[in-house]
Amino acid sequence: MRKVLERIYLAIILIFMYAPILTLIVLSFNSSKSRAKWGGFTLKWYINLLSDEAVASALFNTLSIAVLATIFSTIIGTFTCIAMIGLSSKLRSIIMGITNIPMINADIVTGISLMLLFRFLHISTGFTTILLAHITFNIPFVMLSVMPRVKNINFYVYEAALDLGASRPYAFFKTILPDIVPGIVSGALMAFTMSLDDFIITYFTKGSGFETLSTLIYNEVKRGIQPEIYALSALIFVVVLVLLMIVYRAPQAKTKEK
Amino acid sequence: MKLFKSKRSAGLMASPYIAWAIIFIVVPLCMVFYYGLTSADGGFTFDNIATIMKPGYIKALKRSIVLAIISTLVCFLLSYPLGMILASMKLKKNAYIVTLFILPMWMNFLLRTLTWMTLLEGKGVINTILEFLHLPTLNIINTNGAIVLGMVYNFLPFMILPIYNALNRIDENVINAARDLGAGTVQTFLRITLPLSMPGILSGITMVFIPALTTFAISTMLGGSKILLIGNIIEQEFTQLYDWHLGSGLSIVLMIFIILNMIIENLSDNGGNN
Repeated sequence: MRKVLERIYLAIILIFMYAPILTLIVLSFNSSKSRAKWGGFTLKWYINLLSDEAVASALFNTLSIAVLATIFSTIIGTFTCIAMIGLSSKLRSIIMGITNIPMINADIVTGISLMLLFRFLHISTGFTTILLAHITFNIPFVMLSVMPRVKNINFYVYEAALDLGASRPYAFFKTILPDIVPGIVSGALMAFTMSLDDFIITYFTKGSGFETLSTLIYNEVKRGIQPEIYALSALIFVVVLVLLMIVYRAPQAKTKEK
Repeated sequence: MKLFKSKRSAGLMASPYIAWAIIFIVVPLCMVFYYGLTSADGGFTFDNIATIMKPGYIKALKRSIVLAIISTLVCFLLSYPLGMILASMKLKKNAYIVTLFILPMWMNFLLRTLTWMTLLEGKGVINTILEFLHLPTLNIINTNGAIVLGMVYNFLPFMILPIYNALNRIDENVINAARDLGAGTVQTFLRITLPLSMPGILSGITMVFIPALTTFAISTMLGGSKILLIGNIIEQEFTQLYDWHLGSGLSIVLMIFIILNMIIENLSDNGGNN
């Protein structure tokens, strides 16, 4: 009896989470513009979407910002984590304290503070400012996932490598880097998803005329929802689902090999 | 450590980030405080912060706090039993069922909110179904209720994840020991499970409360233009009224709440550990 109740509870929460998304997917195939009635199956919203230049450019902006922000933040974050080993504990805690600020602070305050900086410096807002903002809020996520790995590094192996005649860089790449790579990968993935999903900080640092997917959807919604947006949601949902399956399968496959 | 030849070379390696953090984290935050504490002519003032006490503003702040608390509470009440059920299933790491519950987190935040706009509208999906079944229709779009629903839907995974992780980490032997020593179900829960899962609960609360308190997109989309939260007011000051001083002053007020929340979290976390 208890098991049944538990399963029902899980089912209810899953329905609450997924029924709305499924509704959107169904509506994306509805030929009637009204959301209240079913006008038959159609793919025209998908076709409209694919020929929509605004969506295409927003998608391109979103992806290029996410990729670049991930690369930069992963490099900077990883280098800093490694450097932390050699720093005094006082300096280390100051750096970590500052790094925590964007994580703890509300996105709206982070967004506004960066907007003030860019306006004050007369940097015209657009691609560059969004990229700078995204790198800034991504670095903490990278450091947060790389730092535990760095703390657990076994330096005896590194020293043994040096004693056996390895050069410092060689010993580093052979003994230390492999230990922290999983942290770097998960940090980079986290940075990428954070960047894709961000709306608030992008909204304040984007300037007018430059749109990412999030800001485009926000503007569209304010004007009234078009069925093309449903098609877009359905596509994004399927892509996210497939990506996550791959990500979640990958580490399991690796442990099986071992 | 032998990794670096000297402290200097480690410092050199950390310096790009230190410079980055000063330019893009510390300086911008100082600018918020500078603008928030000065008036348009540059003189020092508390007026921007004090504006929060004016009727329209204090109303929005109170509404934000109340709605954020309700949303956090609902998320907690939904997530805790869920976390317990999932933890009792003794799943492998990365099990699909757990992934399923946090998957919506990766779906675009605005699209998640948009779904509820579609469902709740006057002539939306839910009302169409209700009409078809000859049931009374629901009119909660553009109300506080719709905003709470949007918050719960958006932020629920942020509560589920830390609570499940905390519950999953509890050593079963501790619970068995309590049972062996004569504790009943309720007592075991109150004295073992609940305190041991406290860190997860607290981080879940923070991860739901802060975004709920400071959101403006959810209230714009589900609350219509009539219901303003403090986030909407700050957003308008910057994007429509261009009053950076007032906007920054109100942001300082928000930060006070964030810091308060942090202090409470740290205090109760330490209390739990002792």
